[in-house]
Amino acid sequence: MAEAHPVGFQWVMEAKQRGATVIHVDPRFTRTSAHADVYVPIRAGADIAFVGGIINYVLQHDRYFRDYVLAYTNASAVLSEDFADTEDLDGVFSGLDRELRMYDMETWRYQRSEVRAAAGDRTPLRDRFTPQQLRQVRRAARGEAHGSGGGAVDPVHDADETLQHPRCVFQVLKRHFARYTPELVAEVAGVPEETFLRVCELVTANSGRDRTTTFVYSLGWTQHTVGVQYIRTAAILQSLLGNMGRPGGGILALRGHASIQGSTDIPTLFDLLPGYLPMPHAYGNEDLDTYVAAESLSKGFWADTRNYMVSLLKAWWGDTATAGNDFCYAYLPRLTGSHSTYETVLSQLSGVCTGYFLLGQNPAVGSANARMQRMGMASLDWLVVRDFSMIESATWWRDGPEIETEQMRTEDIKTEVFFLPAAAHTEKNGSFTNTQRMLQWHHAAVEPAGDARSDLWFAYHLGRRIRQKLAASSAETDRDRPVLDLTWDYPVRGPLAEPDAEAVLAEVSGWGADRTPLSSYTELNDDGSTSCGCWIYCGVYAGGVNQAARRTPGGTQDWVAADWGWAWPANRRVLYNRASADPDGRPWSDRKALVWWDQATRRWTGHDVPDFIADRPPDYRPAADARGTEAISGTDAFIMQGDGKAWLFAPAGLVDGPLPVHYEPQESPFSNVLHGQQHNPVREVLTHPLNLYQPSGDEPGSEVFPYVATTYRLTEHHTAGGMSRFLPYLAELQPAFFCEVSPELAAERGLEHAGWATIVTARSAIEARVLVTRRIQPLRMRGRVVHQVGLPWHWGPNGLTTGDAANELVHLALDPNVYIQEDKALACDIRPGRRPRGPALLDLVREYRQRAAITLKTGTDT
Amino acid sequence: MSLDPAARSGYADHPPRMGFFTDTSVCIGCKACEVACKEWNGVPEDGLELTGMSYDNTQSLGASTWRHVAFIEQIDHPGQPRWLMASDVCKHCTEAGCLDVCPTGALLRTEFGTVVVQDDVCNGCGNCVAACPFGVIGRRETDGGAHKCTLCYDRIGDGLTPACAKACPTESIQFGPLDELRDRAQARLETLHEAGVAGAQLYGEDPGNGIGGAGAFFLLLDEPEVYGLPPDPVVTTRDLPRMWRHVASAAAALAAAALISGLGGRA
Repeated sequence: MAEAHPVGFQWVMEAKQRGATVIHVDPRFTRTSAHADVYVPIRAGADIAFVGGIINYVLQHDRYFRDYVLAYTNASAVLSEDFADTEDLDGVFSGLDRELRMYDMETWRYQRSEVRAAAGDRTPLRDRFTPQQLRQVRRAARGEAHGSGGGAVDPVHDADETLQHPRCVFQVLKRHFARYTPELVAEVAGVPEETFLRVCELVTANSGRDRTTTFVYSLGWTQHTVGVQYIRTAAILQSLLGNMGRPGGGILALRGHASIQGSTDIPTLFDLLPGYLPMPHAYGNEDLDTYVAAESLSKGFWADTRNYMVSLLKAWWGDTATAGNDFCYAYLPRLTGSHSTYETVLSQLSGVCTGYFLLGQNPAVGSANARMQRMGMASLDWLVVRDFSMIESATWWRDGPEIETEQMRTEDIKTEVFFLPAAAHTEKNGSFTNTQRMLQWHHAAVEPAGDARSDLWFAYHLGRRIRQKLAASSAETDRDRPVLDLTWDYPVRGPLAEPDAEAVLAEVSGWGADRTPLSSYTELNDDGSTSCGCWIYCGVYAGGVNQAARRTPGGTQDWVAADWGWAWPANRRVLYNRASADPDGRPWSDRKALVWWDQATRRWTGHDVPDFIADRPPDYRPAADARGTEAISGTDAFIMQGDGKAWLFAPAGLVDGPLPVHYEPQESPFSNVLHGQQHNPVREVLTHPLNLYQPSGDEPGSEVFPYVATTYRLTEHHTAGGMSRFLPYLAELQPAFFCEVSPELAAERGLEHAGWATIVTARSAIEARVLVTRRIQPLRMRGRVVHQVGLPWHWGPNGLTTGDAANELVHLALDPNVYIQEDKALACDIRPGRRPRGPALLDLVREYRQRAAITLKTGTDT
Repeated sequence: MSLDPAARSGYADHPPRMGFFTDTSVCIGCKACEVACKEWNGVPEDGLELTGMSYDNTQSLGASTWRHVAFIEQIDHPGQPRWLMASDVCKHCTEAGCLDVCPTGALLRTEFGTVVVQDDVCNGCGNCVAACPFGVIGRRETDGGAHKCTLCYDRIGDGLTPACAKACPTESIQFGPLDELRDRAQARLETLHEAGVAGAQLYGEDPGNGIGGAGAFFLLLDEPEVYGLPPDPVVTTRDLPRMWRHVASAAAALAAAALISGLGGRA
């Protein structure tokens, strides 16, 4: 965190000064480790074994928060008899179809929940579509589409409050993790037993009624073929310990860029609409009714999906959207499978995708398998790059690595490349949404220089011009109606005709009749009387005031600081904070009080905005036939979930299993100790000659790539370097691409400190200066020593400091829930000296592939 | 010597002496201080060289580096591995050798007790470079002049915090009246000692030291040499009066001897 988020790390330092214990788990000893009370070295790619080990410790030693677990988790829910765990099936769950590479999740449900009521019914889908079509739906990242709530699930029918039923979630969990012992953690993750047990003691001692523990993760946890399950492991542990919905608890995702939280809330993702509404799919979401039936839940706030969707359609198509035309639902594009960034590259290579906008993104060096990215771009008709500087994605056609290897000739490339300078955040108004879901407004300090323009300017004026062209050329063509009917009426200001960012915020926040600003998503309707661009942001412009621009200093308000910025939803600072009080509505302890039930006023109150129905008493129990928010009982703290509970076991929503299980990364020098199943069986593999995988574990050829590589960031640079390698004051602080290796690995491979090394995978070979440092420790596990190679991924051929891109090495095997690549754990070789130049580079990589006998099929088994 | 160098320099009515307390125990090595300093003061980039010295590619203070973060890897440190980080800066000495030897008056003592180079007065003689016991000040090849930290003289006069301290995310660099900083540093030192951080020590703050106490002092977690700091710095001009006295008495003795020998000769 100190390495990648130094400004945010100030709060960790402050917590430390106030007595917090800081534990840092990382393959390398970083600037964060330097300030941690406990540093835990780990083999990259083994985190589920590590955190799973803590879960096992908690369960075996009865260190879970029993009252919390009983009240707020699904520990007592009894599962279907048909469910079989990875412990029963040697590493896979029941329902796996190896041919289709997907799970049928029916057996993961709670007992007696198969028969579903009208709303949320998905059964017709199976009846109406073929398995291949269903796989298309599955591949549309449905796991991610449930990011703001669980997948569709019915309330629990059968529960065992004693937690003794052999099929209750608690017992299933206990059996599932029983083999994650300290010995196994050492064997799989390379974490010394003594260190592991110290972590277990610290985490459990700092959880319970009086204390809470926070987990903080960054991309090191997400960028794996089991990335989502990494986070799930932490979610299970934090739920067992009672650390969710409470001050000082939670799982904090540090995002990769400023406002990446904002760009999932109001998404730049293919599978989501604003506010985590799933993007309609071609199968099963034919019209608004079928969409709402399929995507809403019968209980909780997702039961109001229709209100959110209709209000969104009203925001986009205004008066054109009426009940008579399904509120223009038909105007929305439909998914037909995965259209993730990596599928898009495949589409470019196959000629399906012919145009590409890159706004502040540098895939030529910043995305995994960088060569494949450039080859994809070279197959386009046109490419628009908007950035601050002349990044590699704008110049690959002229001086990219493929020109040197003679895989491309500039004169043969047909892609028309446009470079448009972009305005910086200091040159435009707008909001950042941080990891706390807090929006903070920034005001332009200066006008952008020269031709630089804001992204808002670009999007608005591009849309305006397209609409002009369409209006003139195809007035009566239905195909263009979705664009022509858009509400595209933002006022513009100043010499550059900059659209008014606050007008956009007001539209996002929503309004009712006469454009009266709304103050909460509970005011949204499904009859077309309300308009709201993102239901979870509803109220950020309440009272016609930009709530995100509030800047009351911390010293003049309480510790919750509700008057600084605005956090969705409804300015709540801690989600699910009903769980900070016991089932009766009293804080678990004075020390950790956040919200509570006030019997006198019969309302929830407290320091934070209660994340609960304000006047719902703790003893409220819904009638059996209650629906929607009426079905939320007084103790259903997790109000977005279909059963109101935190999920120790995920009966729906994840495509690769209801519980996390340790699998080896796509490429690993090790076989899986736990199971015969080596990899996540349903991980996404993209079979392509530019994306060859290496053999793993006991497979022949695996020994050709004996080391674990992991990519990461340095404080001095930002992401793919577009904002740092071109600036002298940052470039001079880390002026060369380097790899970090231990003295032992340096000796084994003859690497010289400050000299050069070449790192090789099946995709490519890159060169880096060598930093030999004891901050990278060889790990001893399973009777052998494992060496790790650290690769900061900020470099590329352009800018003031130049170097090869670590992403040249990385393959595209993806997490099946969210389609993220596995940069954080792969296998490589390293050798002294610089890499070959020109076509000889390809010869070197070819030679490695031959030695490892790599084919298109290698590493693609389920 | 007086801790009030401003008064000594003739400022009759002056603000309190201002300085830095750099608490390296909370430095996270982000180098924001280096960047903020260069941005505010317009100090040029000075080399894109990978040194191999941990994450320290800045190497040392000099004409174009007014804040320098040192990185010291101590993975074998007893108890647990350490990676020390420390942001170095001009000490703004009570007895400032650079100022003493400047022939043009380009180096001056400000009303805040800090030491500043006036670019338009400096003739580039370089005397100050040799006079600094810390190697802080340097001459820039491009303009020939001497340059160093001004403690953001152009900011503190307007009531602003110096750029480095403003940018520091963890309050490792603290700016304020020197008296307050000394109290804070003492309290922090005691906290660390109570926590068992045995090596923690203040560096440069003692008015009895060889520079009469620094206006910018440090809390270190190890011996100064570990950070590349001189353990017992002495202002290079401290001995000058005594040396001149020696020279004068030697000269007098010589003259006397000559006189005596002359007398003797005559005798």
